[in-house]
Amino acid sequence: MQQQQPSRRSLRSLIAPEDPPPGRFIADAHARVSIHDFARGNNLDANLESLRGRCVLISTARQLPTALALAELDGIARRMILCTPGLAPSHVASVMADAGVDTIVTDGPGAARNLGYNARVVTCNDRIVAGAQPSDRSVETEWVLLTSGTTGRPKMAVHTLQSLIGPLSDGVAVQKAPVWSTFYDIRRYGGLTILLRALAGGGSMVFSDAEETVAAFLARAGAGGVTHISGTPSHWRRALMSGATANMSPGYVRLSGEACDQAILDKLRQAFPSANLAHAFASTEAGVAFDVRDGQAGFPASLIDRDGGDVTLRVEDGSLRIRSSRVAMRYLGDHTRPLADAAGFVDTGDMVELRADRYHFVGRREGIINVGGRKVHPEAVEAVINQHPAVRMSRVSGRTSPITGAIVVAEMVVAPSHLARGDSSATLRSEVLRLCQERLASHEVPVTLRQVPSLDIAASGKLVRNHA
Amino acid sequence: MLIRTVIMERVAMVAEQQGKHLPPLTDDLRLLDSGLDSLCIAIIVANLDDELGLDPLSSDEQVDFPVTLGDFIRLYENATATA
Repeated sequence: MQQQQPSRRSLRSLIAPEDPPPGRFIADAHARVSIHDFARGNNLDANLESLRGRCVLISTARQLPTALALAELDGIARRMILCTPGLAPSHVASVMADAGVDTIVTDGPGAARNLGYNARVVTCNDRIVAGAQPSDRSVETEWVLLTSGTTGRPKMAVHTLQSLIGPLSDGVAVQKAPVWSTFYDIRRYGGLTILLRALAGGGSMVFSDAEETVAAFLARAGAGGVTHISGTPSHWRRALMSGATANMSPGYVRLSGEACDQAILDKLRQAFPSANLAHAFASTEAGVAFDVRDGQAGFPASLIDRDGGDVTLRVEDGSLRIRSSRVAMRYLGDHTRPLADAAGFVDTGDMVELRADRYHFVGRREGIINVGGRKVHPEAVEAVINQHPAVRMSRVSGRTSPITGAIVVAEMVVAPSHLARGDSSATLRSEVLRLCQERLASHEVPVTLRQVPSLDIAASGKLVRNHA
Repeated sequence: MLIRTVIMERVAMVAEQQGKHLPPLTDDLRLLDSGLDSLCIAIIVANLDDELGLDPLSSDEQVDFPVTLGDFIRLYENATATA
């Protein structure tokens, strides 16, 4: 099945083919770098030839220098491992050992700081120093991404530039000079693919900043002229709660990374009436599988078992399986589990359910709550709770029960506008519970429904869930 | 309020929420014949844990599983006495 690849194009050649037009840029909250300048210099305090064939850990605090370093090293380094922000020191050590890291690229802080490793340290900056470029960028660099597992050692999924860029046939009419942005960090799959689309698609990029409020980021994105922006449903719920969505007017709004319910799609449609709204399925291991653009939750059943496209989807034992050219090659390190099965399909662990002619995501396999032998998917219950107009977001979990093993409990964040109206919280609770009773089986209805001021979102952009 | 009263109120409330019709609540009513299924009982136990801070069925001490409503109430009364 291996197709003959044309001669390799490096990320640098994709970003700045000949003479990039002025105006293209990448920017974070602190600095802005013109692509035009980038084409004529580099941001690493090292002779790039000395990094040829090296195995590089990119351990950075800021995304801007990270993006520049990735473009410098692609085609030169043998392997680049993108350290997620906040990775625990013990995990940094195991990642370095398993990946055979011999060089650390850093902007000063970053996860590998203050750790005495036997590796060369190279500084990356947010400024470009003019200089000649190596002409040979033919190394097939491995791009290694850490998965956002909540427990245990992170898994390292090996991609290539080709599998990350892939043929993204989502039909988005890319205008002449798109300005992309994402709530995701680019050291995670969801953010990195957006960065690559921006850079390889003739566009610009505005980075988010973990230190910044949502309102400040949206204002900066608006000022930067962002036309395309992505995030998880949790990111977008927070954006709506900030009351600052009017600070920008994107033409394209994308959701991925978590199950997307109808309520968030409807609310984003209201907030951005003229934008193209898409929700996508993607994972670090399986890559981007598909985009849905009809504004409806779930995806058409016709996508399953369809032959001939660049992606084949299957449902087996209730979970979505994906085979495509965007699937990662393998795991690095001593993980015994293969990334894909013998036929090349990745089991996403995301459980789907067919309702009429659409599949809906109902939750993660490991997140299922077992109520006396009956399965409950937290996301399915949250989707119902979130339908109440006063509810901004919710989290459903299992509570231990001596009778049924577990029962369903829920927490919800209520819209400030609703709180301001002074309606009693008891009325709201009974309204939400009535909604649940109408739409769900009795064992799925939350036994307790707690109003909370906020719900934590992990660095991955997903709701924090504590699976028992 | 007496434990017994709290439990009776909870039982009636959960039965109503779950659309179950209860026979007259007497001490010798067998829980399994009461019309309450295990989900109802699980909800009652969780509610009582929230309200009274008592969950004798989950305690480390070995307790006999209650058969009748009277057993159930005594379980909670004993738990209060030792709490």
